[in-house]
Parts: sequence; C-alpha cells; structure tokens
Amino acid sequence: MEIKSGLLYSKDHEWVRVEGEKAYVGITDYAQHALGEIVYVELPSVGDELNAGDVFSVIESVKAASDSYLPVAGKVLEVNEALSDSPQLVNEDPYGSWIVLVEITDKAGLDDLMNEQEYKEFCDKEA
Amino acid sequence: MSEPKKTSLYDAHVKCGGRIIDFAGWALPVQYEGITAEHQAVRNNAGMFDVSHMGEVEVKGTQATDFLQNLVTNDVSKMNENQIIYAMMCYPNGGIVDDLLIYKHTNNFYLLVINASNVEKDFQWMKDNIGSYDVELKNISEDVSEIAIQGPKAEEILQELTDTDLSEIAFFYFKTDVKIAGRNCLVSRTGYTGEDGFEIYMRHEDAEHVWDKMLEAGKDKGVKPAGLGCRDTLRFEANLPLYGNELSQEITPLEAGFGMFVKLEKPNFIGKEALVKQKTEGLKRKIVGFEMEGPGIPRHGYDVLSDGKVIGFVTTGYSSPTLKKNIGLAMVDIEYSELGTPIEIQIRKNAVKARVVNRRFYTKKYKK
Repeated sequence: MEIKSGLLYSKDHEWVRVEGEKAYVGITDYAQHALGEIVYVELPSVGDELNAGDVFSVIESVKAASDSYLPVAGKVLEVNEALSDSPQLVNEDPYGSWIVLVEITDKAGLDDLMNEQEYKEFCDKEA
Repeated sequence: MSEPKKTSLYDAHVKCGGRIIDFAGWALPVQYEGITAEHQAVRNNAGMFDVSHMGEVEVKGTQATDFLQNLVTNDVSKMNENQIIYAMMCYPNGGIVDDLLIYKHTNNFYLLVINASNVEKDFQWMKDNIGSYDVELKNISEDVSEIAIQGPKAEEILQELTDTDLSEIAFFYFKTDVKIAGRNCLVSRTGYTGEDGFEIYMRHEDAEHVWDKMLEAGKDKGVKPAGLGCRDTLRFEANLPLYGNELSQEITPLEAGFGMFVKLEKPNFIGKEALVKQKTEGLKRKIVGFEMEGPGIPRHGYDVLSDGKVIGFVTTGYSSPTLKKNIGLAMVDIEYSELGTPIEIQIRKNAVKARVVNRRFYTKKYKK
C-alpha cells in the first residue's frame, strides 16, 4: 500500500495536498483498496461551502456507496470532471486522482490531520 | 454478536485471497480478486462458489408429498424422482416465509434447500405445520457442505473429475452417489447465476479436496473462485430473487412477479386463499425493472418517486457488470408498472430520472 510524502491524511482515509490557501483532496490507496472497484464518483458542485467533516463526495463500488468527508473546511473551486466518465481512475492512481480543489476557509482543521508516518502507523493499526 | 461460523472451505478461501465478511452468521468471502472479474468469469468461463451456508432439511415419511403440497406454492405432486422444483412457503396472508428448492428422492423422501438467514425460522415453520401428516423433519444444515460451479465451462470442468456422464443430468434434476474426485456427492444441475452449472452437496471432510480438484481442473479453462459479491450481481441480472430484497414477509409471490411458481389450482396450500383473492382483485403493486437515465447507482431501499410522491422502493440495484448500465428492480404502485413509464429514484439529495424496463436484464443461458 502506497502512502505519499508531502500530503496530510485523515482518519477517514482522505488525503489533502495544501497549496497556499487552496487544497486538493482525494482518497488514499488504503481507501480505494478497501472499497474495491469504483464504478461511480458523485462530485459536489462548484461553489459549495463545506465544513470540515461534511460529505463532499460519495464513492460507489459495485457493492456499496461510501461517503467521503472533507477533512478541512473549504469552498469548492473545482471538481475533477474526469472521474465522471472514468471513476476507475481512483483505483488506478488514487493520489493522482484528486476529487475536489477547495479554497480553505478555516485552516484549523489541518492541525488534526496526520503526516505520512502517523498515517502509516494508523493504517497498520486498522489492518 | 457471536463469532461467525466457518465453513469447511474457510482455509481454502483465505488461501485463495478471499476477503472474508460475516454473512448470515457465516464467515464467507465477499470477493477474491474483484467482483467484476469474478462476475465476468462466471458469464464467460466458470466460477466456483462456497454455498455451504445454505440450509438443508430432510422430509421423510409416508405423507411427505402431502405435507409439502400443503406447505409450498408450487405443485409437488407432479414431480419425478430426482427432479427439483423451485417454490415458496407462504404465510396465510400470502407473505413469503422463504423461497426454496425441493429435491425429490422418492414419494417418501425429499430434500429442501433453504436460505441461510432463514434456517431457524423455516424449520420452526415446517414443524408448526406438521399437523397430522406422517412425516419426520430433520434439519441437516450443519452437516452439509455445498459448492456451486457455474458458467458455460462448468460441465466440461466437472466432467474431468467424474465417471458419471454429466450430460445425463438435465436442468433441475439431480443424481446421488456421484463420485467427484473420488468423493461421494449429490450433484444437481441448478444454480443462482443465470448460467448453466451444478450445485454439489457433500460431507464436510470432502469439501476442501473437491474444491481444490475443481480449481485445478478448471485452471486452464479460466475458472475463478467467486464470492458473495458477484453471486448477488449475477442473480440480479438474471432476474432471480433474493429473500430480504425481492421476497419478504411483506411481499407476496404475485407482487414479486413469480406467479408461475404458485399453482392456485392446487386443492389447498398455506396462503392460497389470500393469493387467490389478490389475483382476483388485481395487484396493487408489483416489482418492475428500471434503468437509470440520470447519473447515480440505485441501491436496495432507495425511494422511487413520481412527481415528488413516493410510489415505491428499490429492491435491488447495481451498476450492472454485464450490461454496463445502472439498473434496478423496484416495487412500485401498479399504475407506474407499465414498460416505459418515467419514474425517479431518490439517490441521496437528488431525485434522478429513470424508466421502467423489462426486468429480464440478462437472458439466462440454461442448458435445457
């Protein structure tokens, strides 16, 4: 299982790549593996203002639908439209397949996230 | 919750990389390499399922036929020896206790195969309805292992392991004392996938040996171990019902669209009066197929709407691995059941457009 350096991680297995006031958010390799083959990604609308912990995407495998939670409060600037036609990209390249780009509206949430090493230990405990 | 029970193939599943879940109190693989790959293997080649969780009840006695004729909706009196029929047990109000397969050994000896989640309930129901019939019921669910091999190459693969000519076992017939890889089995040409194939019943101590030999025999023919995940997508595409989804205590066989397994002309059976009445008065709701026209995957339990009003519920829905479409089955009020009727499926916050279609999504490939 791959964990990338330079990203922040949530306990719900989302990753966050902070770029100044903005952040890309996706799901981790651990999450995509646990879900199995992804057949649909429900994207939020551009302009949505979400709190940390809000559902920002629903990811569906053959078997079930799973909520993804935004780890940091933000306003949706862009969604990754490529996932509408090719949801399997999340399986193939979870760290390359960002789901949303948000403008961070409250940086406090970032403090609760894990770094690479902490997330690795967290996953080891879950498994 | 108590620990889920392990079938005699548990170690084999772990060895094959199975992802184990608790299903109806049993530790079983939901998938090995992936639901879609296993689904395609069954449609194109063959897949092997551990279905040891299924329940089995033996019915023996001079009035075994009469007892069953009263207990189930289908006509047991016309069965040949070694024949199998599909039937349902109903409550007096027409709601379904369970669906089952009935294997006829002789007039005085039948084997019933029932759903794992309903074993206790069903067995109690059978005992409650023994009345004065001269029958003995034996719940042998804990003593039987069962493997299903399903797919166009199922016969070819299984034939390599037995001297019995499998082509002589017709659709919905069975044979006892068939040696599979040297072990004594009951083999029936039945299944739950819409493909040709067999269900094989054996003693626990023989299961792993038979499983391994079948995997080996099918290796060059594309056989894959297949989990519960694709078992559900396969049966759904072939319009085979699942108790708890299309069938339940609240749903009658007529509403579910399985009236062909209900013989209302039989002298008497539990639920007959209610079902005759329902048929005479006309159905108020029934299960239809539908196809999504907007984005999203329908799931079991979602509301079905028309003009913002709830008119039904989804019984099963998937992104179909064979058809590559988002489709489902839904119980809807009768006025919305015509083919082509526009409906909406409530998917989270959105009412998404869908249309009623023929529910035979996949044409069954039985060898009859």
